This record gives sequence, C-alpha cells and structure tokens, in this order.
Amino acid sequence: MASVVCGFFSFFSVPVKEKKLMDVKLGELPSWILMRDFTPKGIVGAFQRGYYRYYNKYINVKKGSIAGVNMVLAAYVLFSYCLSYKELKHERRRKYH
Amino acid sequence: MNENLFASFITPTLMGLPIIILIIAFPNILFPSPNRLINNRLVSFQQWLIQLVLKQMMTMHNLKGRTWSLMLISLIMFIGSTNLLGLLPHSFTPTTQLSMNLGMAIPLWAGAVITGFRHKTKASLAHFLPQGTPIPLIPMLVIIETISLFIQPMALAVRLTANITAGHLLMHLIGGATLVLTSISTPTAMITFIILVLLTVLEFAVALIQAYVFTLLVSLYLHDNT
Repeated sequence: MASVVCGFFSFFSVPVKEKKLMDVKLGELPSWILMRDFTPKGIVGAFQRGYYRYYNKYINVKKGSIAGVNMVLAAYVLFSYCLSYKELKHERRRKYH
Repeated sequence: MNENLFASFITPTLMGLPIIILIIAFPNILFPSPNRLINNRLVSFQQWLIQLVLKQMMTMHNLKGRTWSLMLISLIMFIGSTNLLGLLPHSFTPTTQLSMNLGMAIPLWAGAVITGFRHKTKASLAHFLPQGTPIPLIPMLVIIETISLFIQPMALAVRLTANITAGHLLMHLIGGATLVLTSISTPTAMITFIILVLLTVLEFAVALIQAYVFTLLVSLYLHDNT
C-alpha cells in the first residue's frame, strides 16, 4: 500500500484513496474509511495483512520470546471477557445488581 | 450462583452469530507452519515437540498404521492446545461440549474398526472371543465383547468431556468459596486458596494428559485393526 503520486495531479498532492492511515488528515477520515475495499476479497486481504504484520514483527524473528504469543493470549482473554460480560455483570459486589 | 456456575459452558454467540467457530479455529493461529530449513524460535520449538510426540506414539505401529500419523498428531495437538487455552480466565473450552467430542471420537473409532474389518476380517472377528474361554461361556462372552466394542467411542467422548468439565467446575466452585471465605475467616481462605493453586496445577496436567489418553486410545484401536 505505497502512496502513489498520480501524474494527473500536481506533484504535491496524493489522491486520498491511496494514502496510508497516518497521512490522512482528520477531515478526510470519513471519506477515507468509506473508500476502503469492503468486498470479501478486501476484508480477507486486510486480515491477512494484519496477521503478517504481527507475525513478522513479533514471532518470525530469530530470537522471539514468549511475549509474542503472550500478547495474542492476552487479547484472547480480553475478547472472552467481553463476550461473557453479560453473565459477569451479576457477580459484582453491589447491594443492588 | 447456580445459574452462574454453568454459564461458562454455554455455546458463545454474538447476536446470533456463532463465535464458537472462531474459538475452535483460534489454536490454529498459534501453530505457524514452518517454511524454511531453520525457522524462528517458536516454530523450531513446536517442531521439536511434535517430533518427540511422534516418536513416542508411532513406533508401535506397522506401515499401515503409520499412515494415520498425521491424523493422530494433529488430534493430540488440537485437544492439548484447546484444553490448555481453556485454562485462561473467562475463556470457553470447546472440548467441554459432548457434541464436539463425539464428533471426534466416533469417526476415528469407526475408521479404525472398519479398516480392521476390511483388511483382516478373520482377525477382527476373532477379537470378539478371547483365547481359552470355556465352551459354555462362549455366547455370553461374544455378547459382552460386542458391547465393549461399541462402548469404546462413547467412553472416549464422555471421558474427555467429563474430565475437562469437572475440572473447570471445581475451579469455579473453590474460587467462589475462597472469595466468600475471605470476609468470614482469613486462615480458611488461605487454605482454600492453596487448594485452588494445587487444583490449577492439576488442571494443567489433566489438559495434557487427556489429550494424550484420547490419542493413545485411538492409536490402540488402530493397532488392533491393522
């Protein structure tokens, strides 16, 4: 996803669609989000990119440590907590639940 | 308290979507596939573990039985990782559901038995009568052996379900008891907490052992039939 300078425009502006997230200005954010690829192929591609980004940064290194896997497990615990929040709500120490 | 106790065993859905599919597929992410000769630490460690398990488990089989090695090794990795992930707080363990364990046990057992009947019919039928039984006892013994054959998949599934479910329930109960006891009498709470710690260590062992037992029994049924 490199930013491409389209020859159609002047050399100082880049079309919004192809900017990376950190380069998008706050006002352009809604149009940037709406122009993302929401086809199934696009969504799968997004998940794949995210997976490989994490994998290559934390796990696919010569001396990876436990922390790479632990972050995934912590995210899993958080996800399970959110899923079972409805039942856990009743276990708080309150006078009126 | 009663409703809460079994709430963690309900199949998780998010607004009607079965999240359980994601939860069953989750351990798959934790086992990256090796694609070089020398891999990163995680993959090398897993390769070493899998080789250890493979050597331990498949030496007793002949050539025909060893065609099942992929199935058995992926079985033990799946059950082991799923059970261990279930020990994390708030997580859902798919192996507590009898339906899933039956779905694993019945096809594997049936495959082993049908392989035996197809390739060594006489020997498979001979399993129904142990050697050296007195002649008057033969009809009864054949019936008993048939029953014990058909109970094998049920026993496989129910063993796994009951062990994991019982462990989780015990941890919930003793944890709840510890919490309540802290305000009543602290030394009793300390004792209960120590029991909880010991139970957790046991659960880690049980998670791995159950996976091993399941796979070992399937491989035993295979050995009988190849």
